Amino acid sequence: MSDNSNRMSMVVFNGTIDKLYPVAIMASGAVMNDMRVDIFLTFWGLMAFRKGEPYKVTQVSKDYAELGPEMMRVMQEKNVAPWYDTLLQAIELGDVHIYACAMTADLFGLSKDDFESVIEDIIGVGEFIDMAQKAGTTLFI
Amino acid sequence: MAVQVTKEIDARGSFCPGPMMELIRVIRSAQIGDVIAVLSTDQGSKKDIPKWVDKAKQEFIGVEELEGYDRIVVKKIK
Repeated sequence: MSDNSNRMSMVVFNGTIDKLYPVAIMASGAVMNDMRVDIFLTFWGLMAFRKGEPYKVTQVSKDYAELGPEMMRVMQEKNVAPWYDTLLQAIELGDVHIYACAMTADLFGLSKDDFESVIEDIIGVGEFIDMAQKAGTTLFI
Repeated sequence: MAVQVTKEIDARGSFCPGPMMELIRVIRSAQIGDVIAVLSTDQGSKKDIPKWVDKAKQEFIGVEELEGYDRIVVKKIK
C-alpha cells in the first residue's frame, strides 16, 4: 500500500455558510501541509457552487439558525475574508481539485457551464471513492 | 532581532489561515536568502508558521511578541 498520508478528500454535502467556511479553511490547512485535496460537492454543497452563487450564501445551518445573524454581524465587524476567497487562495497555492457530483447535477439538470469554473469535472461516486481510498484523511462536511 | 528583513507582510486583522497562506505566497516568489517577517494578530500563526517552516525545510528565525500582535520571521533557504 502506498503512503496516502499526503492526501485529503472531502465530501461537501452542506451549502450553508457555517459549513462552507470549514471547507475553505481545512483545504488551506491541507495546502499548508503540502497535501493534495480532492473535494466532492454534492447536493446543497454543489448548489453553493452554481455560477454567481458562492458570494451570495448567507444562510447558516438550521441547527444554529438563531445564532446566524449574530455570527454574520461579528464576521462583518471583524472583516473576516469571504469563505470563497479563502478557498480560491488554497486552490491558487496548492494542489486542490474540486468535482461536482454527477447524481446531483443530473437530478437538478445542471451541466458544467452552470457551475463556477473552479469545478474541474462532473464525476460519479465511484471515481470519488477511488480518490478517497487514496487519501489518509476524508472529511464529510 | 538583528536580522535584515527583506519583506514584511502585515497580516494583522487577518484570521487563520490568512497570515500563513500569505507567507506561503510570498516565500514562493522570494529569492533564496530573503528574510520575510509576518505581522499577525491570529493566535494560530505563531505555532502554525514554525511547523510549516519545518516541513517546507525553510529556516525559522524567531517570533517576537509585540503589543497585541506577533512578528514571525522566516528565511527562505531553498
